[in-house]
Amino acid sequence: MVTVEYRIDRRSGVPAFQQIVQQTKQALRLGVLVPGDRLPTAKEVAETSTVNPNTTLKAYRELEREGLVEPRPGQGTFVRRTLGRPETGTDSPLYAELVAWMSKAAGAGLEREDVAALVASAMEKQYAAGNVAATGSTGATTTRSTGE
Amino acid sequence: MSEGMYAEEPAIEAYGLGMRYRRGWALRDCSFRLPAGRICGLVGPNGAGKTTLLSIAAHVLQPTHGSISLFGGAPGSVESGRRTAFLAQEKPLFRRFTVAETLRLGRELNPGWDQRAAEGIIRAGNVPFDAKIGTLSGGQRTRVAIALAFGKRPDLLMLDEPMSDLDPVVRHEIMGTLLAEAAERGTTVLMSTHVLAELENVCDYLVVVSGGGVRLAGDVDELMSVHTLVTGAKEGDGMPPALGCHTLVESRTSGRQFTALIRPEGPVTGPWDTNAPNMEELLLAYLRSPDAPPLITPTAQVHGQGFGTGAVAA
Repeated sequence: MVTVEYRIDRRSGVPAFQQIVQQTKQALRLGVLVPGDRLPTAKEVAETSTVNPNTTLKAYRELEREGLVEPRPGQGTFVRRTLGRPETGTDSPLYAELVAWMSKAAGAGLEREDVAALVASAMEKQYAAGNVAATGSTGATTTRSTGE
Repeated sequence: MSEGMYAEEPAIEAYGLGMRYRRGWALRDCSFRLPAGRICGLVGPNGAGKTTLLSIAAHVLQPTHGSISLFGGAPGSVESGRRTAFLAQEKPLFRRFTVAETLRLGRELNPGWDQRAAEGIIRAGNVPFDAKIGTLSGGQRTRVAIALAFGKRPDLLMLDEPMSDLDPVVRHEIMGTLLAEAAERGTTVLMSTHVLAELENVCDYLVVVSGGGVRLAGDVDELMSVHTLVTGAKEGDGMPPALGCHTLVESRTSGRQFTALIRPEGPVTGPWDTNAPNMEELLLAYLRSPDAPPLITPTAQVHGQGFGTGAVAA
């Protein structure tokens, strides 16, 4: 049984092996993958997503290093532990705080893009690590001027 | 970086390979190394000598200059003949043969023939075994040719523009089959193409040839990681002086915007947006600027080759 199918964005500039790592982690967070599940083999990924098998193996080695999966000789690569945790649920206090902040931002007249930019930049500051693909439109302020 | 797995024997080593006809050079000063187990894209403009290079490696042509070895043997030797398969662009098959007869021919001609692998590839595409080759669609014919090539159980498979006449759906399907078979057997693949988007995520190795020899060769991750795409506001003409300490591959301006692909020789400082290029951007930059200094990473170098080779004897 194939548990996940990777969607590789060929134009994003994010290396494919990182996309596989990220998508696997996302599936672990969301409970799409649970301990004991077998990840698709490099051959299966190659067939469905036309991704180089060495790329998939590299991603799996990375996940193995992080203790998330383990290879079982002759059988495949299996999930060892999940990434889902209580703090990431929508009933967590962190989420409530974020919701409160969002409504404050909306009250201050910030638009969707402004909020996204603020969140992205705060996240970047907190979790700055290696290469993060910068997303376009940096200085384009989209605050509407309400006539003079 | 090198995980032992990549330190293995070279599948191909080319030393100053060249092909000169009376009218001029078809391939010139081509030196590179392709480690076994890689899936390598062979890229270059039309007329750069991709087909010539593959034909020499497949022992269809004799080079006029230099030499090439496949797993340490010369093309045409019994050993390299057994270990390699070549799929020419026109996919030569007998039109009057049925698919089953074509596979039988493969079985008769090749001692290590793997009938199951060949039949599996045919079945995966629902190609009828009793159909005559002449009645098949382009995609089906390509599939039969790939089945014939993999049935031989090659250690090195060379393909010349394998996807050129296929629609996007069939292309995706055939590429999937090709990669899956290569994954199963650890086959080294060398595949020429000028459809750059086709290579992204498919290849883990690249060899770019044009005019004066090899322009770019090596591990894709390594090649990508040493290049940076810089964008910013234009300052006067040409390259902003603050970027002068880096190796410039290509720079362009449009309106007030300045874009450059560089090989940073240190931290890139200044009011610029820096991005990792994608493979297509990297390849286009090199193909558009024939004067950019070539880059051949250590795993792609043959013995006695320096970093900045490609010296053209004018």
